Amino acid sequence: MPVYIGKRLLVAIPTLLIISIFVFSLQKLLPGDPILAMAGEERDPATIEFLREKYRLNDPMPIQYINWLGGVVTGDFGISLRTNQPVLELIGQKLPVTIQLAVMAMFFAMIIGIPIGILAAVKKNTWIDYTANIIALSGLSIPNFWLGIMLILLVSVQLGWLPASGYESIFVDPVRSIETMIMPAFVLGNALAATLMRHTRSAMVAVLSSDYIRTARAKGLSPWEVVMSHSFRNALLPVITLLALLFGELLAGAVLTEQIFTIPGFGKMTVDAVFTRDYAVVQGIVLCTAVGFILMNLLADIAYVLLNPRLRATI
Amino acid sequence: MKKLSTLTAALLAGAFLAFPAMASELRIGLNDDADVLDPAQSRTFVGRIVYTAMCDKLVDIDENMKIVPQLATEWAWSEEGKVLTMKIRDGVKFHDGETLDAAAVVATIERNMTLPESRRKSELSSVEKVEATGPLEVKFTLKTADVTLLAQLTDRAGMIVAPKVAKELGANFGSKPSCAGPFKFVERIQQDRIVLEKFADYWDKDKVLVDKVTYLPIPDTTVKLANLRSGDLDMAERISASDAESVKSDSNLTYADVIGPGYMAMYVNIGNGPRADNPLGKDKRLRQAFSLAIDREAIGQIVFEGTSKAGNQPYPPTSPWFNQNLPVPARDIEKAKQLMKEAGYETLDIELQHANNTTQTQMMQVIQSMVAEAGFNVTLKATEFATLLSEQTAGNYQLSRSDWSGRIDPDGNIHQFVTCKGGINDVKYCNPEVDKLLNDARASTDDAVRKEKYDAASVLLNEDMPIIYLGHQPYAYAISNKVKGWKPSPDGMIRLLGVSKD
Repeated sequence: MPVYIGKRLLVAIPTLLIISIFVFSLQKLLPGDPILAMAGEERDPATIEFLREKYRLNDPMPIQYINWLGGVVTGDFGISLRTNQPVLELIGQKLPVTIQLAVMAMFFAMIIGIPIGILAAVKKNTWIDYTANIIALSGLSIPNFWLGIMLILLVSVQLGWLPASGYESIFVDPVRSIETMIMPAFVLGNALAATLMRHTRSAMVAVLSSDYIRTARAKGLSPWEVVMSHSFRNALLPVITLLALLFGELLAGAVLTEQIFTIPGFGKMTVDAVFTRDYAVVQGIVLCTAVGFILMNLLADIAYVLLNPRLRATI
Repeated sequence: MKKLSTLTAALLAGAFLAFPAMASELRIGLNDDADVLDPAQSRTFVGRIVYTAMCDKLVDIDENMKIVPQLATEWAWSEEGKVLTMKIRDGVKFHDGETLDAAAVVATIERNMTLPESRRKSELSSVEKVEATGPLEVKFTLKTADVTLLAQLTDRAGMIVAPKVAKELGANFGSKPSCAGPFKFVERIQQDRIVLEKFADYWDKDKVLVDKVTYLPIPDTTVKLANLRSGDLDMAERISASDAESVKSDSNLTYADVIGPGYMAMYVNIGNGPRADNPLGKDKRLRQAFSLAIDREAIGQIVFEGTSKAGNQPYPPTSPWFNQNLPVPARDIEKAKQLMKEAGYETLDIELQHANNTTQTQMMQVIQSMVAEAGFNVTLKATEFATLLSEQTAGNYQLSRSDWSGRIDPDGNIHQFVTCKGGINDVKYCNPEVDKLLNDARASTDDAVRKEKYDAASVLLNEDMPIIYLGHQPYAYAISNKVKGWKPSPDGMIRLLGVSKD
């Protein structure tokens, strides 16, 4: 197992390199000059020249890339053009916020998506199944930002139950932190719940019609045991892959949700960085996200093996 | 009876517990997050709003944009606008406990002029040297006469920072800013909040009536208003025109606006690279026709719900610098068509670039259909702001729509845009006559003389029309009725002296 993990991590290095080169070139292809935006309304030429030198934007592109890469290897991700803060520090501040949001969203997605998916499979082709489908479809179709604004208007403005927006660190004030995160996590989790429900349902339907389930039923096991211990565990495999992939999607979905609920997270930082052409920050974010994706995939593979003894021999 | 006493006890306990929480906090929603919290490096509007509470300036402006004392109690020009002497207020403390004196003022101005990262260099470019001529007296010696310096000192260039902190932190001053304003810095969480608290040793502390101010960047207007309605915010700045009605109809909120010192305009590429080589850039009659085909009043009504002001000059019609002999023209399609004909065109294709936000897009579509009646076929090119800015600087445009946030002194709204060597002369207009008028206006300490020069320049510019002015945007606010004693300032800043909260 450790050898397997080690191999997988080594393979990840070229992937990361390719991604970083790709993003670096894409960014430079974008029209727009970060220095012009930074120099202020007056755009004083001396200041512009100073900033170009300071951020080494006068060097040829390959040199700029190599400089950046050299920094990354030694743990220096560069400085944000916009706020003068080190990129790593910025990521360190924002990432926990988005991870908290993602974990809570995942929680909502799971408690909504999986039970409804199982229920729909067990009651296949009945009104319960159809209703679950309708819920899933609407969950997928309702745009994040619309649902977010509607929730704010209902829950915060009309009922006054939760704060309309904002953020508090979970280490400073846990209650307030959870309060501010409930709505955004629900909005974000809602769309995933639909996907999760559909996949759980189809995996369960396949398993429920297999021979060993018929045997289990014939043995006289209770319906609960048949569904939960025998079917669900097997149906869980594709669901886990999906969860790992969805986690990446959460980071992307967080962009809109964070914007609406003004949560100072990864997503909001990404949008701001792209719009102000804050090259170093965008590079850092992409690298970080790519690492996240690779880790999540690896975790999914490991979980596979742990859940499915038949796979252990293949490693 | 027993019940009653328990109730009383509970109420009393509640009152005691609640007492520390009575400290009043003002929560202000900003449109965007501020950048570096250093007056020398800052470049955002929202940053200036925060400094208004945190950093006092040498001079301030009143509601009529007249320059009034703040840290400087009096000042005088001599040698025909080449020397400015200022008396500094006695007994002013910085947030870190240092005393504000002439040396601190000199240190700040020098920092603004020499710090490599400083964005204030162009604002102070006329300053030759600044020196302390007494413990509380400062003398500015200028390279050339420049009376606009005083107006520059009403903003970031004139914010005096604590010398020790500035020296210790250098370019990193923004991590722990220390000034001499009514509120001092407590903490900042990027993109989330900036917290300030009342400064106990403020020189005018009787007017500081709230204990804490929190600024929260909330870009989405719907969300900002929702926060205001739910009581999470006390005030929101720059609410969109489409929300003005709903704020007015809410009995818990007050709507307030004021016309800002800036302008909305379209820049015509007159001489900036090969793309200037087109009929619109070459023939002023076509530019005049384009301008005449626009109904400026209607734009204000349609796009800004009547909150903006139509205009045709760099200063709003409400400004004393506005040339009254050149009133905002009414739409005149016949005359526009006639001018087109004189220039030899029935129709003309034009590409117009603008920022891709809702308001701009709507405004440009309205103009597109207005000028179509005179024969202009306008193609709209929406780009995001960073691109727009670099295209405009590089001259890769025919007609470009952008805003200027405006300056207190008229010079700041015109000089750098249309003088031959102007720093942001993106249209590359060059007319020695205009240059002379604007340079002379800069040098005169007599407002009547200056007004004459600006009026004359306005006439020339209105004829050549390198910049087609469209109007002036308001700064609009929504305020909770709990907030007392606040009124908008013409520079869009949020001044908090005398403001209290129930």
